[in-house]
Amino acid sequence: MTELLQHLINGLSLGTIYALVALGYTMVYGVLKLINFAHGDVYMVGAFAGYYLGAVIGADRSPNVGKAALVTIGAMAICGALGFVVERFAYRPLRHRARLTALITAIGVSFLLEFGFQLNPLLRAPVEFPPGPAPRFFPALVDLGPPLEPLGATVQRIDILGFVVAILLMLALQWIVYRTRFGVAMRAVSFDPQVAGLMGIPVNRIISGTFVLGSALAAAAGIINASSRPRIEPLMGLMSGLKAFVAAVLGGIGSVPGAMAGGVVLGLVEEFVAGYTSSRYRDAIAFTVLILVLLVRPEGLFGKGKVEKV
Amino acid sequence: MSFRRALSAAAVLLTFAACEQKKSAPSAAPAAGQGSAAPGATIWFGHVGSLTGQEATFGDSTDKGIKLAVDELNSKGGVKGKQVDLKTYDDQGKPEEAALAATRLITQDKVTVLLGEVASSRSLAMAPIADANKVPHITPSSTNPKVTKDGEKTRPYVFRVCFIDPFQGTVMAKFAKEKGIKKVAILRDVGNAYSVGLADYFLSKFKDLGGTIVNDQSYKAGDQDFKAQLTAIKPKAPEAIYVPGYYTDVALIARQARELGIKVPLMGGDGWDSAKLFEIGGQAIEGSYFSNHYSPDDPSPRIQDFIKRYKARYGAVPDSMAATGYDAAMVAGDAISRAKDMTGEAIAEAIAATKDFPGVTGVITLDKDHNAVKSAVVLEVKGGKAVYVATVTPDAPAGAAPLPASAPAPAAQPKPAPY
Repeated sequence: MTELLQHLINGLSLGTIYALVALGYTMVYGVLKLINFAHGDVYMVGAFAGYYLGAVIGADRSPNVGKAALVTIGAMAICGALGFVVERFAYRPLRHRARLTALITAIGVSFLLEFGFQLNPLLRAPVEFPPGPAPRFFPALVDLGPPLEPLGATVQRIDILGFVVAILLMLALQWIVYRTRFGVAMRAVSFDPQVAGLMGIPVNRIISGTFVLGSALAAAAGIINASSRPRIEPLMGLMSGLKAFVAAVLGGIGSVPGAMAGGVVLGLVEEFVAGYTSSRYRDAIAFTVLILVLLVRPEGLFGKGKVEKV
Repeated sequence: MSFRRALSAAAVLLTFAACEQKKSAPSAAPAAGQGSAAPGATIWFGHVGSLTGQEATFGDSTDKGIKLAVDELNSKGGVKGKQVDLKTYDDQGKPEEAALAATRLITQDKVTVLLGEVASSRSLAMAPIADANKVPHITPSSTNPKVTKDGEKTRPYVFRVCFIDPFQGTVMAKFAKEKGIKKVAILRDVGNAYSVGLADYFLSKFKDLGGTIVNDQSYKAGDQDFKAQLTAIKPKAPEAIYVPGYYTDVALIARQARELGIKVPLMGGDGWDSAKLFEIGGQAIEGSYFSNHYSPDDPSPRIQDFIKRYKARYGAVPDSMAATGYDAAMVAGDAISRAKDMTGEAIAEAIAATKDFPGVTGVITLDKDHNAVKSAVVLEVKGGKAVYVATVTPDAPAGAAPLPASAPAPAAQPKPAPY
């Protein structure tokens, strides 16, 4: 029972990270029909942004909630800006080309971020940038106290905080997408960008806004993950990004509640299969799920089957 | 329009060309950086190391140790009257790159001796190339026995100055038994020949000594989350967990184990040896043990003197990678001075005849399998550093224990391993 509960807790912790990153994938796909493979690396940049900001404001010496919030919001802002720049210079010029072109560009941006961050530091002060390939220790931003122990399982308080923050962010996103004018505009652009433009919607601004939003969420995921698993390195976004993409597909790519559900389900499945059968298949599970979803129900859990009318 | 296209294409090509140059990191030697040895002028040592990548401290430390050795050889008048120079290539932690770098050092830079790598997977990629080109290859700290062997026979040009995993596995097994530990769980890195081999040797020796392995879990290098495996291990109540992996993963594993309430010590091998282990592992790794090639606490004057010289040059205490790198370069220099001429065969013969060479990681004698017969030390993590606990000497000659038949094959490498 304890073991089951512990696996459940671990799976939820893992799942919230996947869910947060999957939201970015799903939003961008919904609006642009583009799978932004660079998104996993934006998550990595978010973790490093948090690391640098933490170093600059001295969060490792005197952790407190205020500094943690400042670091998180700062990292989200930095990644939002990164998302804006990437969209503006890598994707917008290719918007009227074949979709494959944009996809390959996305992979190119992904490599640029990954290998750019692995270069040896060119700038030494105020921070060492780029960070170089060696893993770094992400200091705790806030000291929450000893872990809780329900029924013999252990839950780290940072995991609970992470979970709560993730839920709040997802609810905030839901509110933005379904209850604000910006959200209406986003949904209109995802429906048909040309007609939306004719209706007076500033399509470019909406698309930029979508990228900014998705990237900010990825940054938050990066910080939450780095607080709980404190090793960051330039390639950390590779696997997590791919698994979040699988989560988005599982939940129905293009659907916001789908991404959340897909993330949590994938996290739980990975944890239970790795824990109860052989842990060798840990990474294989995510991709097995992808293949099964595409074979059995390609629109995902929450997606609507699209019937192409000729 | 097409002029603009041509211009961008040219820019892209130039960028690629520029990127290619960045890979080589020549030492601060007066050589023009071209690499190919003018006949008779300098003796070139080639080093392939993981200067970047996950285990960057391995390559970096080894390189520092080799550089110190090369400078000391030169200050004593060089080898056979010629100055020694070093060319280092970064393999980025990937076996394919290690093979490429080895090929480049041999064919383009015409090195006399090839040094490297720390990780067995990468040394395995380099060994066949050294053999095929008849260039002596010394690995400073790869411990998987397959590195010096081609199937059943010993590779004529590949040597190592450290012990091998059949011995290293027994070191921790014996140590655990002596501490009264009877139940151990194993958490191994499946993608890594070193980790899989070492885990298997530990497993067989520990069972021979009467212990039980309560669980055997796997992970992949670079994983962030080990809680699934640790949660499965916890209810089996092991008295220790054997984690024969590399320091970056071990540090996180230790943290997550403590977070789950697993309080028993972890045990491991020489892959733990890095300053980053303590930085990332923090309080979680305290009280754990690992086997290693040498300990800076050793009072022997030869070792303390080496530490003093290394500290004077680099400002840090050498880890075992630096020490074995130093020894490998010194053994190479010594062999070349004994060799009857400068051909690969003669030098290989001289290296194979190395006997009682006073290294800083112990007295080095190479056996018929080109492996060094040496003792291992067991270190404990205490107060943020590795503290000497015990020395374990090899009992059987060459310390070779037969690999159990049920051992799983190592994960796929670019060159198929002879299994």
